[in-house]
Amino acid sequence: MQQVVQPGMQPVATTFFFYFLSGLTLLSGVFVIIRKNPVHSALALIFGLLAQAGLYLMLYAPFVAGVQIILYAGGIMVLFLFVIMLVNIERSQREEQFNKQWVVGLLAAVALGALFVVVYVKGKALFPYRIAQPIESSNTQQIGVMLYGQYMFAFEIASLLLLVAIIGAVVMAKKRI
Amino acid sequence: MAPIGTLHYLVVAAALFILGVIGVLTRRNVVIVLMSIELILNAVNLNLVAFSRLWGLHGQVFAIFVITDAAAEAAVGLGILIAFFRNKETVNVDEVDLLKW
Repeated sequence: MQQVVQPGMQPVATTFFFYFLSGLTLLSGVFVIIRKNPVHSALALIFGLLAQAGLYLMLYAPFVAGVQIILYAGGIMVLFLFVIMLVNIERSQREEQFNKQWVVGLLAAVALGALFVVVYVKGKALFPYRIAQPIESSNTQQIGVMLYGQYMFAFEIASLLLLVAIIGAVVMAKKRI
Repeated sequence: MAPIGTLHYLVVAAALFILGVIGVLTRRNVVIVLMSIELILNAVNLNLVAFSRLWGLHGQVFAIFVITDAAAEAAVGLGILIAFFRNKETVNVDEVDLLKW
């Protein structure tokens, strides 16, 4: 295992931070699917998204971490909380929370777990064990160059998609069209 | 403990994916089903960014597009939920059966 040492700051306590952040992410994922109150689930999901932004920072992706915090935790989850407040959720909390499909859920979880294990064992050559440390000071610039150069078409299509989504959401949520 | 390689992140992403799938399949509240879909998308994003550390920045650009997509999909899904709730006054997935024969 070779380690490429970049000039600048070296990562400290990587093991502790990885297990701490991934434990937080998984724990909040469990709380999302367990809690009866949807506001609790939304708050747990916000927590998990912030912990995942920390994982992105450990993976030398500061721009994606920033986008995750601003867009995902600060935009999408706020939208979820608004809609939870708009929809009268009191009556649904007294009903049965889990449908009767726990067998299907368990089967799907086991099948997916087996699939993941097989893929990760067979595809070990795709992620060699070296620790790569890409340069993170120019990460945003490089992503900008790629977005406006190689992925320009996808960028424009994404903006069109957002326009369509805005129009659709506004029309559907209106009382009288 | 072994030094943290890519496989560790992939296992975390797989566990998040499985949690999201269980949430989609077993919950009755539409809002929580939509939040479990967000969990699935986040697991995929973690996979993309974990691989992009080894194979270049394409994974991170793809992850940004996935986040954009998730925003659009959450907006449309919640708009549908609001429109449905206005008609039927419930957020139960089992009661979305107006087209049932």
